[in-house]
Amino acid sequence: MLETATTVKAKINGTAVEVPAGTSILDAARMAGVRIPTLCSDPDLLPTAACGLCIVKIAGSNKQPRACATALADGMDVITHDGDLTRVRRTVLELILSTHPNSCLTCGRNGSCELQTLLGEFGVPEDRLEKRICDVPSDRSNGSITIDFSKCINCGRCVQVCQQVQNVWALSSLNRGIHTRVAPAGDILLAQSPCIKCGQCAAHCPTGAIVEHDETSAVWDALRDPDLFVSAQIAPAVRVALGEEFGYPPGTNLTGQIHAALRRVGFDAVFETPVTADLTIMEEATEFMKRFTEGSGPLPIITSCCPAWTDYMEKNHQDFIENFSTAKSPQQMLGVLAKTYYSEKKGIDPAKHFQVSIMPCTAKKYELERTDEMFASGYQDVDITLTTREVARLIKQSGLVFQDMPDEDADSLLGHYSGAGTIFGTTGGVMEAALRTAHFMVTGENLAKDALEILPVRGMKGVKEAEIDIAGTKVRVAIAHGMGNVDALLEKVRDARARGESLYDMIEVMACPGGCLGGGGQPYNISENIRVKRMEGLYQDDRDRELRFAHENPAIKELYRDFLGEPMGPKAHELLHTTYTARKKYKR
Amino acid sequence: MNADGELEKLVEWVEGVRKRVHEIAGEWEDEEGSLIMILHAIQDEIGYIPRGVANELAKATGISLARIYEVITFYTYFRLTPPGNHEIHVCMGTACYLRGAESIQARLLQQIDLMKAAGGPKDDFQVDCVRCIGCCGLSPAVVMDGKTYGRLNPEDSPEILKQKPGV
Amino acid sequence: MDKQPLTTRELDSYTQEGSVSTRWIRVGMDTGGIAAGAQEVYDTLIEARDASGLDIDIQQTGSVGLSYADPVVLVGGDDVPTLVLGDMDAESARELFAGYFRDGRLLDDRVIATKNRGTGFDDTHQAVILVKDTGDGDSHHRTTIFRNLILEELEARGLEQKVAVYRALDMGLYHRGVCVQMLPSRVTYASVTGTDVRRLVDESLRHGMVLEDLLVPGGDPQERISMRNCGTIDPSELESYLRAGGYQGLKRALVEMSPEQVIEELKTSGLRGRGGAGYPTWLKWKNTRGQESDRRIVICNADEGDPGAFMDRSILEGDPHSVLEGMLIAAYAIGADTGFFYIRVEYPLAVKRVQKAIRQCREAGLLGENILGTGFSFEAKVRFGAGAFVCGEETALIASIEGRRGSPEPRPPYPSIKGLWGKPTSINNVETLATVSAILEHDGSWYAGFGTEESRGTKVFAVTGKVRNPQLVEVPMGTPIRTIIEDICGGAGHGSPIKAVQTGGPSGGVIPVDKMDTPVTYEALLELGSIMGSGGMLVMDESDSMVDVAKFYLGFCVEESCGKCAPCRIGGFQMLSLLKKIHAGDGMVADLDTLRDICVCMQTASLCGLGQTAPNPVLSTLKYFEHEYLDLVTTPETVTPSGKGRKNA
Ligand SMILES: Cc1cc2nc3c(=O)[nH]c(=O)nc-3n(C[C@H](O)[C@H](O)[C@H](O)COP(=O)(O)O)c2cc1C
Ligand code: SF4
Ligand code: SF4
Ligand code: SF4
Ligand code: SF4
Ligand code: SF4
Ligand code: SF4
Ligand code: SF4
Ligand code: SF4
Ligand code: FES
Ligand code: FES
Ligand code: FES
Repeated sequence: MLETATTVKAKINGTAVEVPAGTSILDAARMAGVRIPTLCSDPDLLPTAACGLCIVKIAGSNKQPRACATALADGMDVITHDGDLTRVRRTVLELILSTHPNSCLTCGRNGSCELQTLLGEFGVPEDRLEKRICDVPSDRSNGSITIDFSKCINCGRCVQVCQQVQNVWALSSLNRGIHTRVAPAGDILLAQSPCIKCGQCAAHCPTGAIVEHDETSAVWDALRDPDLFVSAQIAPAVRVALGEEFGYPPGTNLTGQIHAALRRVGFDAVFETPVTADLTIMEEATEFMKRFTEGSGPLPIITSCCPAWTDYMEKNHQDFIENFSTAKSPQQMLGVLAKTYYSEKKGIDPAKHFQVSIMPCTAKKYELERTDEMFASGYQDVDITLTTREVARLIKQSGLVFQDMPDEDADSLLGHYSGAGTIFGTTGGVMEAALRTAHFMVTGENLAKDALEILPVRGMKGVKEAEIDIAGTKVRVAIAHGMGNVDALLEKVRDARARGESLYDMIEVMACPGGCLGGGGQPYNISENIRVKRMEGLYQDDRDRELRFAHENPAIKELYRDFLGEPMGPKAHELLHTTYTARKKYKR
Repeated sequence: MNADGELEKLVEWVEGVRKRVHEIAGEWEDEEGSLIMILHAIQDEIGYIPRGVANELAKATGISLARIYEVITFYTYFRLTPPGNHEIHVCMGTACYLRGAESIQARLLQQIDLMKAAGGPKDDFQVDCVRCIGCCGLSPAVVMDGKTYGRLNPEDSPEILKQKPGV
Repeated sequence: MDKQPLTTRELDSYTQEGSVSTRWIRVGMDTGGIAAGAQEVYDTLIEARDASGLDIDIQQTGSVGLSYADPVVLVGGDDVPTLVLGDMDAESARELFAGYFRDGRLLDDRVIATKNRGTGFDDTHQAVILVKDTGDGDSHHRTTIFRNLILEELEARGLEQKVAVYRALDMGLYHRGVCVQMLPSRVTYASVTGTDVRRLVDESLRHGMVLEDLLVPGGDPQERISMRNCGTIDPSELESYLRAGGYQGLKRALVEMSPEQVIEELKTSGLRGRGGAGYPTWLKWKNTRGQESDRRIVICNADEGDPGAFMDRSILEGDPHSVLEGMLIAAYAIGADTGFFYIRVEYPLAVKRVQKAIRQCREAGLLGENILGTGFSFEAKVRFGAGAFVCGEETALIASIEGRRGSPEPRPPYPSIKGLWGKPTSINNVETLATVSAILEHDGSWYAGFGTEESRGTKVFAVTGKVRNPQLVEVPMGTPIRTIIEDICGGAGHGSPIKAVQTGGPSGGVIPVDKMDTPVTYEALLELGSIMGSGGMLVMDESDSMVDVAKFYLGFCVEESCGKCAPCRIGGFQMLSLLKKIHAGDGMVADLDTLRDICVCMQTASLCGLGQTAPNPVLSTLKYFEHEYLDLVTTPETVTPSGKGRKNA
């Protein structure tokens, strides 16, 4: 069909609207200020058309199409709400409720649940129907996310995210009819499945069926323990998203308020993960330079600070293990430094130092015990990871009025970060930060102020490619985000390798769409729109910093001078690097 | 516990199955729309689709285990567990239902229980309801091990159990 | 085999050749026939022929549709009348051989009288008289007595050597007292009494006079188009089909017509899809053809999952080439290069016959490159279903072939725009394609001559349930339901009067007996709250509970729901538990309201046809037989603390 018109004109509840051709009735209605109830629709996903709530009437037609899956057509006269539709929608909700436990009060989604909200709005009648609740026991096997099958409404969003967006295929819909249920691949435990713990399923689930493995109470236990020195680290992507839990617009940078809140919650020290992001850059850029100029290892070098990605690679792309940067992720670097460098300086017994990381990420919970190297301090380097959502809960539980928090600085030793460190939280950020430093390492000069923002690596395109000129040498880079975009990229590299060619010198991969700012532990109701706002927040943070280069961070310089020695030197190697091994995709 | 010989046999069987799975997958490699046909071919040979076979198939075809399980569990024809020795399909299509298929099924089950209680043959009969086997004119109908028995009444339905040699 | 591809000239030569043998026997070997013992009958016949040394051609064939009489055998030849025999077994097969082809002797209780009755005599002294008492009760006994009466009369006239008298298996007449059919003239009398026997022999037999007062005029209301070859050709032989005019329609399309003209011809014919929805076939093809694409696909939907329908199976088993030819014509019309038969795996014989037909066509050059030398190329493949009714739905079927769960997807886009692997795809039902080949063999206006203005042509119905002679019936659209149920199938057959007819299977509704004069057309059935569907017709009598029937159909939909969308997945389940509760006598009046709420919800908010139509059996039984529900729930009510009306314990 040739699309001659680029917009369509139609009516929604009598109001004329004009929207781009191809816009769904659902989105068109939203633009016209009308909210049609939905449960299975998700702005990140193709319509599954499963719940049936969004049906609307079209004048002159006896069909009731699904607004989420039907494009608005020219001249359509849509009715989105009337008595008939409300009756049907209420019955749909009543039916869903008949297969759902009434356990809101103890549910991870209480207050943020799409189903609960609609049940509240529609006043579903008292139980006329038999309850039939799925009795498959919850799957808590993987420590990052928990699936409570009884709360699953089979909307299919998690399955679609895991299969189509992330291309992991850890989740599936099994059986059919009333017996339909979501289950890990092959009906095994999640921990035995190919799951990479990215948490995208949790981020897209409308209910409390998939939530992060909640560890707030363990953190409370630590905070209550008078013998423990409890420190926190805050990842870059958290600062521009946490506000959403407290009514701020997405992308609002609340770094200072978060510091203040965490201190009041009871943390003894508050660190900044971007500091060790700077450190990661120092290590990674050095590693890259060695491979690039001395051929000390294979190219392209591939970034490894996303644990979901390393897990994916270890299961699916084992031929690239050698290409991985051995530098640990910022989280792990901060953990080990907290328990060595910081504890030493402050005279804290590292055995009594309890390190909590605050991450946009569910996979980070898995990273804590990923390999023996995560215990480089002699203790578990990071004790607990809380996601952005959990920390919001922690703050609420503390009775703090977040909006009233003052701006405070982070801890002076591990709290000063550069703009390079903060953009780690967005896709392309690691690459950009690394290139800024690599340029310096090669040329001895910093990129000019107007050239240091490396635009080709920015943006939300699934795979980005760029050639950066460093003193006459071209560095070819590629960036992929969203796990589903990686296979094709690596396939290209493989093909080239088979021909004896090399396509790229450096590849950055982040498992989540948009990178960490779109992480599986971030506040709900994620969409491209919101990701872009969070991204802008991070780039603004970068611009707002005096420091824009990792290698210029005085804290980092001090760290090398006083403690680590040389980048990639023996001590750095012992504390800051890790290894990878091939893993089985299915463990049963 | 397996005696050594039995273990060897088992290993050999598993190896054979593994080989066949790859062969079958190979036969369909260049064909469009093959997964369900491959599963049919496998089930025809083994009688069901054990987990290990599904795993092997995932390797042979590059189709994820999640997809394979999604498909196996969706279609009632595919089985994850071995079938009984004798498969009895009681037709519960419209015509058969109206003509008393439910009581035929009940009688069959009753008879099988009686036979078991009487220490009867070890042959396990597996009774499943199926939808219209396509001979409504013969309703009510039952298929045992591929042979159709039509125009049954509850009284003579147990007779078909005796059609099995050795019963 | 290195056969040369067929040319159009060779194709024609088949239709001109005479039959190979002058005498023949055909054994109905479809699933139903085989289940009833047709294989044994066939083997016995072969054995008997070989022993007898007679030159008789014995052929396997499909089903003529007379399920109630399985196994069915047809006999005929140049010098003997063609007869349909039912309820055969090995013994009667042997007898048939010993008798019929030697001295014309027949079998008692085997012959099915034809409905194409004669109105006059070419010769007197008819060779055979068939007789049957068509009343209720012990009609067999009364038939025997009556036959003896005739025999006595014949003897008295010295005709006993010339005329044989047999009890018929079925007269095609019901509740008409004693009926008599004379062969070969096929003159048929009904309501014959003892006092008529003398006239019968004297006037009719000896002097060739027609007894006008007893005469039943001819005319089978049936019209066989889709099933034209079922039960008459050998479905496993391409030649058999070619001799019956097979692939003439394809030839006509390829040689004489442009694809657009073929679509135009279909438009003239008025053919609407026979798979259920009744969408005009020509329009579906036009939409598919109109879609820009490097490749188009045609699918034959042979998933026939509707419990109680078996016409598609019968056609595939009895005349697979007619469907394949229809597919080739469809492919030519829409410009497809590949076709898929999506066949229920529960139909192994149909699968075998289709696969064989495909092989034969490949060898004969009717599939592959450059078919009939016209430059048209096409490949056909078979894919199996795996036990999922919902895979009859178009988008689910596509998902299934693609190797996914058979879950429907929202339409639009329709498969004709975006189908298998995203390519424009036309999905056509078995019966539709079998009809297409007939239409092209004749022409569009010929087909349009059958049926009504809105619903043209003929339709096959599978009549089952509490009817005397369950069978496949093919009638012109517009034939009253009563004609089908009573005149063709013999009406009530299980001792109690007919209460209702359910059409359209699990998506359909019940039609109470007082509305049985409704003509079968898409529109008329819809108006009654039922549908044509694929053509299932389930007859229910007074002993059947409508609540039970609704429960049955709903149970089917619940089991077959793909589970994707909440209204169908949960709605069906909840309705079923309410129906179970009501049926068990534990229901409340308020439950009927809940039922209605869920019905509306499922109809409106289900994603696909399965869920949208699943409430139909409930709604239509509620509409016509609400009292049966109320009888089960309206015991005195009290008000419980929760405020619900409650049945007293
Ligand atoms: C749940 C469901 C089951 C169906 N089953 C069949 C079937 O078994 N056979 C069939 O031909 N059509 C079936 N249909 C109708 C098909 O989707 C489709 O309309 C038809 O195959 C188109 O062919 P036609 O235009 O020749 O009728 C079914 C539809 C639904 C919604
Ligand atoms: S998932 Fe939602 S509706 Fe269900 S218990 Fe949790 S909060 Fe309540
Ligand atoms: S909403 Fe209702 S159920 Fe929930 S806490 Fe409040 S009163 Fe209790
Ligand atoms: S965490 Fe990621 S990989 Fe694991 S099931 Fe969820 S979406 Fe799939
Ligand atoms: S787990 Fe959540 S996202 Fe997945 S199907 Fe269930 S309700 Fe939907
Ligand atoms: S990579 Fe992501 S999770 Fe790790 S420190 Fe950076 S922002 Fe946080
Ligand atoms: S992209 Fe960031 S948030 Fe997502 S899994 Fe990786 S580290 Fe975690
Ligand atoms: S349709 Fe019925 S009568 Fe005809 S051969 Fe088949 S089973 Fe027999
Ligand atoms: S209506 Fe039923 S069969 Fe159709 S998509 Fe929904 S759940 Fe599946
Ligand atoms: S939101 Fe459209 S069907 Fe669920
Ligand atoms: S019904 Fe069991 S997982 Fe939802
Ligand atoms: S209903 Fe039993 S064979 Fe069709």
